[in-house]
Amino acid sequence: MALLSVQGISVSIGALNPLEGITFDIDKGEILGLVGESGSGKSLTAMCVMGLLPRIGGSITKGSIVFDGRDLIGLPEIELRRLRGKRIALISQNPMTSLDPIIRIGAQIDQVSNLHLGLSAEAAKARSLELIAQLRIPEPAAIHRAYPHQLSGGMKQRIVIAMALAADPDLIVADEPTTALDVTIQAQIIQIMVELVRDRGLALMLITHDMGVVAQACDRVVVLYAGRVAEMNGIGEIFAEPKHPYTRELIRCIPRFGQAPGSLKGIPGTVPSIVDYPDGCRFNPRCSNAQALCRDQAPALEPKSSGLAACHFSEV
Amino acid sequence: MTAFAPIRTAIRSPRGGVSAAVLVLVVACALFAPLVAPYAYDIQNLPGANTEPGAAHWMGTDEFGRDLMSRIIFGARTSLSVAVTAISISVAAGLTLGAMAGYFGGWFDRAVTAVVDLTWSFPEILIALILIAIIGPGLESTMVAISIAYLAQFTRLTRAQIMALKNETYVEATTNLGAGHFHIIFRHLLPNALTPVIVAGMLATGDAIILEATLGFFGLGAQPPTPSWGAMMSSGTAQIFIAPWIIIFPGLAIAITVISINLFGDALIEALDIRNRLRSV
Repeated sequence: MALLSVQGISVSIGALNPLEGITFDIDKGEILGLVGESGSGKSLTAMCVMGLLPRIGGSITKGSIVFDGRDLIGLPEIELRRLRGKRIALISQNPMTSLDPIIRIGAQIDQVSNLHLGLSAEAAKARSLELIAQLRIPEPAAIHRAYPHQLSGGMKQRIVIAMALAADPDLIVADEPTTALDVTIQAQIIQIMVELVRDRGLALMLITHDMGVVAQACDRVVVLYAGRVAEMNGIGEIFAEPKHPYTRELIRCIPRFGQAPGSLKGIPGTVPSIVDYPDGCRFNPRCSNAQALCRDQAPALEPKSSGLAACHFSEV
Repeated sequence: MTAFAPIRTAIRSPRGGVSAAVLVLVVACALFAPLVAPYAYDIQNLPGANTEPGAAHWMGTDEFGRDLMSRIIFGARTSLSVAVTAISISVAAGLTLGAMAGYFGGWFDRAVTAVVDLTWSFPEILIALILIAIIGPGLESTMVAISIAYLAQFTRLTRAQIMALKNETYVEATTNLGAGHFHIIFRHLLPNALTPVIVAGMLATGDAIILEATLGFFGLGAQPPTPSWGAMMSSGTAQIFIAPWIIIFPGLAIAITVISINLFGDALIEALDIRNRLRSV
């Protein structure tokens, strides 16, 4: 059975319906990529999983989120708080500001294992030092004593990862963990994170808009477009034969070495605004082979030759 | 940065150093009053009343022949203890109320803000007078009155700080790792919000000394024979043409103490560089 199973969740925030019928699951030890452009609902999906929607005034109107046999929807806040950090940890978008500026790095990692595992001060410190070392940060003891402003962005991001790992969670949700860092550091951090996750047999939900990161890290990919799942497939299959035209376009947009100057094109058009989603398939205004059917009827997420895709015309 | 680094920086600046030295002197006088004071503060000597300042009585004697300098030294105890206790209570209560209101919001915030805005719209002296009218004059009621009079200021300041801080990413990140409200407020929000509140508390202590003296002047503070700078000035008004020193020296004591506190507060603000944060409230 899947560790996390998200079945057809729809979300509404006020009069808006930013997510519709999001479906995916993550097995133990699996790394699932969640890709899509800005505004496609990636971060919102993460918030659903963490049970953080009420904080921005949203609610789940349909569907279920089952984590380790328990439905998270309708779980009281106090129960959710027990899960957060201990069973499901979130690595947030901006590592630069994710650390309290006036508390030493070590104390911040310590308090996670202290809170969730009930470790004593010394045991928590030993654990933190070990984690810092595992994240390949030199001089763990000095870093343990340092304040956040003394660290570089890449180091802070590693500390944030250490904090997520500190309580031994089963699932880590990483929401664009490397967007704020420069490209060389990005690759390094993703690699370290993936290694640690694999070593421990943890499940990772990696949210990104970078297909390169996906190719580097993930086992399976869910492609979101305008609040719906466009396609879901294994990493090899999705790059070899994308079933949804949007996925095809995304892959076409990855810059390649030796590409002729000026030949890199974006996807024409823009992501539709949440207040004005087109009828039928939401990708139809940007799709090169959209038909009348696409404008009238939303395609269901259906099994194709491999994986699932929501397109009327993709080959079966 | 350790907690004492800004204080050290403040002392190194010229005005910070001078004001700190004066404050240390005043506090030492208050603490060791029985050792420092040349006479007892409450022994009357009517034949020697209204003696001019001279070798025997450096600051002269009052209308009952009591040594003025001894009374001023003992009076420092009253003034400082009332001001410091009142402001400490006020800061502690203001931090708690402000943190709860700023963090939880909702009806509690609206209630606190309404009361704070109401008290904020009266001068502190009026609030203190009303409260003393209710609970009666005396040393303890002066403390209570002053602490309530300044409560609005600290509540407002803390609330504004907390409201700004609670949306910081690290607070969100801590929540996402499963921390509860208690942990977030006490480990992350209050420590980050503390600096401007401490400086405001420092500056308010100066004001509180003046307020205490004012209440003493009206005879609503410490009751005789306990010496209080305000009460001494009050009794000096009757003798102002015969023995002006009775009103001048306690007045000087108040002025010097309050100026030193304010100067040190300014030096501390500069050392902490929080001018912008204080101003934005």
